Amino acid sequence: MTTDELKNLKAKTIVDARGTACPGPLLAAKKGIGDIESGEIMEIYSSDEGTKNDIPKWCQKMTHEFLGIIEEDSYSRLFLKKA
Amino acid sequence: MSIELEKQIQDLQKQVSRLEAGTKDQLSMVVFSGDLDKILAALIIATGAAAYDMKVKLFFTFWAISSLRDPKKNGKGKNMIERMFGIMLPRGSKKVKLSKMNMAGMGTAMIKGIMKKHKVASLEDLFVIAGENGVEINICEMSMNLMGFKKEEMIDYPQMTICGVATFLSDAAESKIQLFI
Repeated sequence: MTTDELKNLKAKTIVDARGTACPGPLLAAKKGIGDIESGEIMEIYSSDEGTKNDIPKWCQKMTHEFLGIIEEDSYSRLFLKKA
Repeated sequence: MSIELEKQIQDLQKQVSRLEAGTKDQLSMVVFSGDLDKILAALIIATGAAAYDMKVKLFFTFWAISSLRDPKKNGKGKNMIERMFGIMLPRGSKKVKLSKMNMAGMGTAMIKGIMKKHKVASLEDLFVIAGENGVEINICEMSMNLMGFKKEEMIDYPQMTICGVATFLSDAAESKIQLFI
């Protein structure tokens, strides 16, 4: 997805994992995904650089669809759709 | 010919289902080291695997068991050697040291400061997170006896069992990932 498409997405839930290091964002994602239904969108905020590689891998394993990343000044916004 | 093929296919199907039943989405880890850095690595991998919805089973043995001691608790009925071991070994996760660059405790104190700065969870926090995420901790009974540790001096942890090597072997045999730290 392009950045504009991502910006127009309405996330069902936003998980703010900024200020946590590995494996914090991953655990936050696991917790957050339990609160939404299949097909709904979750957004994760993370200031941990490694999360940008980790969350797509996690999505692949858990069969969630990874939609993309928007870079902000001091953190990233990661989007995914629950399987 | 076709009967033979059918038989072969049936055999293969049986083998596949046996293999599928044999390995679970499970991680088994031997946690042997009593070093802060190594136990940290073990707990980070364990909690990460829990985020992957894997079943996680940690087998704590030898020096690693010190990190599970609760400094506020005492074991009862210890003989003199067991008491001595109790005094010499670290009393809990706050007291375990780095494997390298400990420098009489200075290095360990420094790394804890750096971990705080980088918002890395402390070992104490990681045990809580692991407990919340269903990570099982199995403690080797033989090692506990050797070092004179008693079950009542271990931390309060939701899924903690005292067991033997058979528990680890059964868990490891059906796990996709096995590690020794």
